[in-house]
Amino acid sequence: MASRRPSDSSSLQPVDLADVTSDFDSPDAPRKNRLDAPIRGPKLGPLEFLRWVWRVLTSMRTAIILLVLVAFASIPGSLVPQRSSDPNGVSIFRDTNPELFKFYESIQLFDTFTSVWFSSIYLLLFISLIGCIVPRTLYHWRILRAEPAAEPASWVRLPYRRRERATDGTVASLDRAETVLRKAHYRVVRDDTSIRAEFGYLRESGNLVFHIALVGILTTLAATGGYGWSGQRVIIEGQTFTNQLASYDSFHPGSWFAEQQLDPYGVKLESFTPEYTKDPVKDVWMPIDFTAKVMVTEGDATREVMLKVNEPLVAGNSQMYLLGNGFAPVITVRDPQGTVVFDQPVAFLSQDSNLTSVGVVKVPDGLSEQLGLQGFFYPSAVNLDSGALASNNPEPTKPTVTFNVYTGDLGLDSGVAANVFQLPVASLTQIAGRHTGTDVVLTPGDVFDLPGGLGSIEFTSLRRFIGVEIRHDPTQMGVAVSTFFIVAGLLASLGTRRRRVWVRVRGTARTPELEWGGMSRGDDPRLDAALDRLVDKTRQTSTDKVTG
Amino acid sequence: MTNSLESISLIATYSAMAVYTLAFILFTVDLAGRAATDGQSTPTRWLRSAMAVLVLGFVIHLGADVTRAISAHRVPWANMYEFGLTATLVLVGVFLGINIWRDVRFVGAFVSGFAILALGIVTVNFYVAVSPLPPALQNYWLVIHVCVAVLGTGFFATGAALSASQLFQQSREEGKLQTRSWRFLSAFPSSESLEALAYRILVIGFVFWTFTVIAGAIWAERAWGRYWGWDTKEVWSFIIWTLFAGYIHARATRGWRGRPAAILSLIGFGAVLFNYGIVNIFFKGLHVYSGL
Repeated sequence: MASRRPSDSSSLQPVDLADVTSDFDSPDAPRKNRLDAPIRGPKLGPLEFLRWVWRVLTSMRTAIILLVLVAFASIPGSLVPQRSSDPNGVSIFRDTNPELFKFYESIQLFDTFTSVWFSSIYLLLFISLIGCIVPRTLYHWRILRAEPAAEPASWVRLPYRRRERATDGTVASLDRAETVLRKAHYRVVRDDTSIRAEFGYLRESGNLVFHIALVGILTTLAATGGYGWSGQRVIIEGQTFTNQLASYDSFHPGSWFAEQQLDPYGVKLESFTPEYTKDPVKDVWMPIDFTAKVMVTEGDATREVMLKVNEPLVAGNSQMYLLGNGFAPVITVRDPQGTVVFDQPVAFLSQDSNLTSVGVVKVPDGLSEQLGLQGFFYPSAVNLDSGALASNNPEPTKPTVTFNVYTGDLGLDSGVAANVFQLPVASLTQIAGRHTGTDVVLTPGDVFDLPGGLGSIEFTSLRRFIGVEIRHDPTQMGVAVSTFFIVAGLLASLGTRRRRVWVRVRGTARTPELEWGGMSRGDDPRLDAALDRLVDKTRQTSTDKVTG
Repeated sequence: MTNSLESISLIATYSAMAVYTLAFILFTVDLAGRAATDGQSTPTRWLRSAMAVLVLGFVIHLGADVTRAISAHRVPWANMYEFGLTATLVLVGVFLGINIWRDVRFVGAFVSGFAILALGIVTVNFYVAVSPLPPALQNYWLVIHVCVAVLGTGFFATGAALSASQLFQQSREEGKLQTRSWRFLSAFPSSESLEALAYRILVIGFVFWTFTVIAGAIWAERAWGRYWGWDTKEVWSFIIWTLFAGYIHARATRGWRGRPAAILSLIGFGAVLFNYGIVNIFFKGLHVYSGL
């Protein structure tokens, strides 16, 4: 290996981001291909074994295999519902496929990207990466401070060679060549009768920056990911959300979350305005814009903000995203004496593009029996031929609520957290609604008297609600900075050619000549054109001088 | 007005397919002609007409794309049909562009054939009329994110064509595929040149794909509240990025250069097609905008 000359790499080897296959720099440059020879098993003690493991791990071959493995290991993450992105899909899977669920669960298929097997692959990949970056960075650091390489022993094998008459003497010609090379941003060393120059250090620098920035992303995620948190909340028009743990409908803390991380602020939903248009082809209503007008109170300051899709609201150290919306009919329940026992807007979840929605009202206290209402809401109710109701417009042109009314134990006292969108209908008695002969169909202002003198329910008015996600993600900054360097490194590395140029004095004393020689590291189809330009420029500066 | 432009766009798409078919035939005739001259790799006169016809097809195709954009009042890549229409246009454009820089007319048969297939599939299976955009898509990130994705796809497709010809050419160089029907390969450069060319094009595709993922992450942060959440489409974009990263490294590693690298590149392009054709339709996820 040591006998190899730099010119060997002139065999137009491909060049790329991580090309260290050619001995451009020197025979002792760090090489990823040390494993060209067949890998022999270790025969010696534990230290040698570790060294062998390290060499295998940091070899390019291993890196490629690990890259392909990471790709293939990600596939289950798209085939099987993931807890992180689709928790509902996971529950459905458990209900429909309990046996398979157990098996999948045992091999962490529902948490592919945090699973032991996926993590081991990418950790090995990053160890391999670091094992590659460190020696190469040290080596490149030396090269950056070193002079351009000495001229090759044999010029015959240089891919680029050209001779030029030195019309005004060798010294002046060499001077001009030096100026031209320096102007072209070559690193130049001038001797009495020769010049050696080198260009394109940015290629390896960019390459290293790219790979270090990849490690930067992983480091950021590992170091700051645990401080993140996110939560969801439904806010009905007129309601104020205050940023504290108890206000969230659901909350997902990172592993190092502390409650004092929640900055105090309040967000009041003033109004929510959707805009729809009718798709003329499919004949369905489509949303084209959602705007939530909110008042944000931080400290003493209150400001009005328009919260929109794609335009999150920044408050405290967190961001609020508009993710959902729907209707919240205000339901009033009175006892037989007319005393109000329940008076609240209740968020109904929309089921289709015309916002047919379902919701549940639970009235545990105030009446002689616990009351549960299973409701259906139609913003623009129309009667279908079957007699059932449907909505034909997402805007509330004829808002209508229907209820199935139940009495019995709502199960709220059992201590088990109950889903606000579900009624335990199996253990309840239906007293009105569908299939009972007494339909409950209410438009705003309508009152329905419950059978048996239990009391009354009224659809008082209609409001809208928004579903928001509030999130603090401390990894954003580090990942953004790393990503910037990934792009910068990639572009710098791919856009730079590493070239070497030598100029020496040739010819006789009467007809002195300059000989140019050049080579590139790897595939460089424009080497000849680029060096021709340098030579021509050197000649032109000479003619300029003569004519001038 | 809008509707008539929309139908003009569709008619132009069908016309482009017809013209591409003619170009494909001419390219094939040229290859056959070259094979008949027994290893002579000099182009026949059919090649010039093939290129001219392909340019005509490209212009009509461009017209189809532009009229679609005008009738929709937005960029023409907001659903699967439009993505396919524009990505195929980019593929042909990349091919024509590379020819200015280097003669790659020998893959013309592949490029025109692929363009016909792709246009046919998207027009027959994915065609949707122009419709308004949901709020999440009304964003300048749609312009950036999908634009670079389209560009990346176009370059990956061209690179895949070259990698595939590289594999065949290499087998031929090794003494296989010597029958008459493979003789057209003599019109192709050596497998080494094919590989160098494929590499340069795929690296550009890789840069565009890197931008696709980054722009997508920034948009996802705006729209969904997180920049990365392993949504099915994110998973597949990641897979594609990783596979092509593997390809680039393989190209620089002894023992992996040549056939293994080319196979990796084809697997990568397979993932691109899968991501577009299968994931959009059969997988659920946040990228459900295909309009199907």
